[in-house]
Amino acid sequence: MIISHELVIGVVRLTLYVVGLIAFAAFNAAYLSLLERKAPAWFQLRYGPKEVGPFGLLQPVADGIKLLTKQLLVQEGADVLLFKLAPVMVIVPAIMCLAVIPFSETIGGRNINLGLLATFSFSAIHVLGTMLGGWASYNKYASIAAARVVAQNIAYEIPLLLVVVALVMVTHTFNLHEIVAQQAGAFWHWNILRLQASPLMPLAFLIFFTCMLAESNRAPFDMIEAESELVAGAFTEYSGMGFGIFFIAEYANIVVGCSLATVLFLGGWHCPFGLLPGLHWFLIKMYALCFAVIWVRWSFPRTQFYGLLNLSWKFLIPLAFIHLALTAVMLKLV
Amino acid sequence: MSIEAQTLHRETFILNLGPQHPATHGVLRIKLTLDGEYIENAEPVIGYGHRMHEKMGENRTYAKFLPNTARMDYVAAMFNTHGYVCAIERLAGITVPERADFIRVITAELNRVASHLLWVGAFLIDLGGFTPLLYTFDDREQILDLLEAVTGARLTFCYYRFGGVCNDIDDDFIAGTRKFVARLRSRMAMYHALITKNVIFRRRCENIGPISAEICRKYGATGPVIRGSGVAYDVRKAEPYSIYPRLDFNVPVYDQGDCMARYLVRMDEIVESLRIVEQALERLPSGPIMAEKVPRILKPPKGDCYFNVESARGSFGVRVISDGTDKAYRLKLRSPCFSNLSIFQECSRGMLLADALALLGTLDLVIPDIDR
Amino acid sequence: MWNYFKEIFGGAYSLLVGMWITLRHTFRRPVTVQYPYKTLKMPARYRGHIQLTYDETTGQLKCAACMACERACPSNCISLGGYKPEGATRKMVSKYVLDFTSCSLCGLCVESCHFNALEFSKDYNLASTGKNEYIVMDMLKQAQEKKGKGA
Repeated sequence: MIISHELVIGVVRLTLYVVGLIAFAAFNAAYLSLLERKAPAWFQLRYGPKEVGPFGLLQPVADGIKLLTKQLLVQEGADVLLFKLAPVMVIVPAIMCLAVIPFSETIGGRNINLGLLATFSFSAIHVLGTMLGGWASYNKYASIAAARVVAQNIAYEIPLLLVVVALVMVTHTFNLHEIVAQQAGAFWHWNILRLQASPLMPLAFLIFFTCMLAESNRAPFDMIEAESELVAGAFTEYSGMGFGIFFIAEYANIVVGCSLATVLFLGGWHCPFGLLPGLHWFLIKMYALCFAVIWVRWSFPRTQFYGLLNLSWKFLIPLAFIHLALTAVMLKLV
Repeated sequence: MSIEAQTLHRETFILNLGPQHPATHGVLRIKLTLDGEYIENAEPVIGYGHRMHEKMGENRTYAKFLPNTARMDYVAAMFNTHGYVCAIERLAGITVPERADFIRVITAELNRVASHLLWVGAFLIDLGGFTPLLYTFDDREQILDLLEAVTGARLTFCYYRFGGVCNDIDDDFIAGTRKFVARLRSRMAMYHALITKNVIFRRRCENIGPISAEICRKYGATGPVIRGSGVAYDVRKAEPYSIYPRLDFNVPVYDQGDCMARYLVRMDEIVESLRIVEQALERLPSGPIMAEKVPRILKPPKGDCYFNVESARGSFGVRVISDGTDKAYRLKLRSPCFSNLSIFQECSRGMLLADALALLGTLDLVIPDIDR
Repeated sequence: MWNYFKEIFGGAYSLLVGMWITLRHTFRRPVTVQYPYKTLKMPARYRGHIQLTYDETTGQLKCAACMACERACPSNCISLGGYKPEGATRKMVSKYVLDFTSCSLCGLCVESCHFNALEFSKDYNLASTGKNEYIVMDMLKQAQEKKGKGA
């Protein structure tokens, strides 16, 4: 085999991206978990973690060490293969989604023509992973919680995809890089304010945001992870790093969801005033959305399970359909 | 359709909402028989915190029992002491000087506000919203600081004595209380905007957990539970004691009987208590804080006396049977939370578990008060 | 139909109001007191454990070992002994032991003392590695040590 220049560069680039994306996901999980403890402290008039490192910056390191040093227990009677496979099945799709998202004009894993479709295909796998984790735990309450997760995720996939379909109708492409390129310029070019395509675009953004919250099992829709009434959840039987991986996967899902929202609606790497586009704007917008996710979580109580499903089937799906129909009409007329 | 096809085979399973649980405030065990997520039967099992206060009442002299009264319902401890002290005073025929009566009402109503603020925070935590707890605790902290400056303790006040109170209040306390009343009034609008009008909170509380007035009467539930079901029973108005007949206040009553009604009753009671405190501060007379000639070792005459006060949770009653010695023959403590809990079994049939927990939250239980 | 949309947008508005209230609190100073770097001053009537007081004029403990506090205590945690020195008008205290593990800080002992010999301390930093330090709290020794330090 001839080892050519391009092959070497290709391999190096591939390695760098793989390592970089995993590191990005892990680093985000670590420091978003710190933000998750500092932000409610600001809202609740108290200090968050501040003993470990200045401003608590080494707290995630301490948490990681704690999780790593715990014994990995497998319940007797649990399905060992599925039990150990479930965390992997949850985190790998999240990282794979990051591979197709364009962080800036030059930074991006792979620029696939069907990038958007790839992202949503990957992100559907984590539901299976969670359900398997709950079922393989050999724990009554974990299985009930896992069944709830499936119902919740299915219910919220639909408005999410409807909104994206409406968007694709407008942008005429699945390629994420091109979608961002179409939003070049100042903030009135962004898709969220693309009112000539559909006057309900800001509403579509809100629907997307809500569905993204529900897909990552966050915020008012966190039936499975916060102290559910049964003080259990799909992850009860996981200890140590098994739980740690689910934890990282949750934050990775949030990062993926916020990145998608930025890319699809908020102009990706473009500056709101058209000046200096670049990676920094993407990161600013993505972290602003992550802060909004955390902000929403700590402001409201939790919905009931049927309230959650009602919201999706009775409110979000009709609104998404109205938006889709309106977009189609506007496309035809304008 | 044949009979076999009509009767569906339903499997129920028993779940223990065990003594340790974030949603039961204290050591309460509820044996739930669940059909899926619907409750078929919820049987509360109490007694995990039984400390035999009533027996201690028979073995200690009247004065020595005073610290015990604060340990039963420690969130609203003043009322327990108030009930006990007033029962003994009625039996022994001791009249309390006016200033002491006013001080008692001021501190008791402040304690009611503190208890309700704690309840709002804890109820929201049960529902999943963590932030309002911190805000209500911030307000409650100020009340506890005021009361600590007067009594020396934050939760287990041992402040009232037979014939009055043990320490006098000073100008700092009066000024601090006035400032606090003004501050909390301005924050009530914020609480209503953050909690009461929140659509998620409303969805979880409106039409959830209906309790009819009939059930309340059957089980003897009192306090905000019965006032949220349309019955205007408040011991301060029905059997007035202390200086309440001289003060002008309303008793909030709501008809719907759901969780939202009980929540609104308590929020309105906070505002009414602030009014009472303001009026009492204005009319505070000067004078002695302790009745004269109260013997050190109290030996009330033989007799039987019952006295009930309106605690933050309902009607707290004390029955003393005295046989002329310095120790009671029998001391019976009627705890409001016990009667409030007893409606849970009947009311939670057929409810979803999450809704039943919201109902349990609005009953405002403090388990040490049930177990005594 | 109109109600449907009103519910959606009214509900969404209430959520935004809630989020705005939470955000507003971000700009207020935290109310936490960072113990142990900063401590609070206890109010004058704070109930710490009891301690014996000295008479300023004579320089002796006011306690006359009359046992009134021992009788008044509901938890039977005070035990004291006294002796009558030669030619003195009243007794002096020779042993004063408080069992702090049973004390409920009710204050009945302080009130029952005819000589104002007991007062509450402001001590709240009580920590030890075993129960023994607090089952037998020698109040007499503590009072003498405090006087020694003061003088």
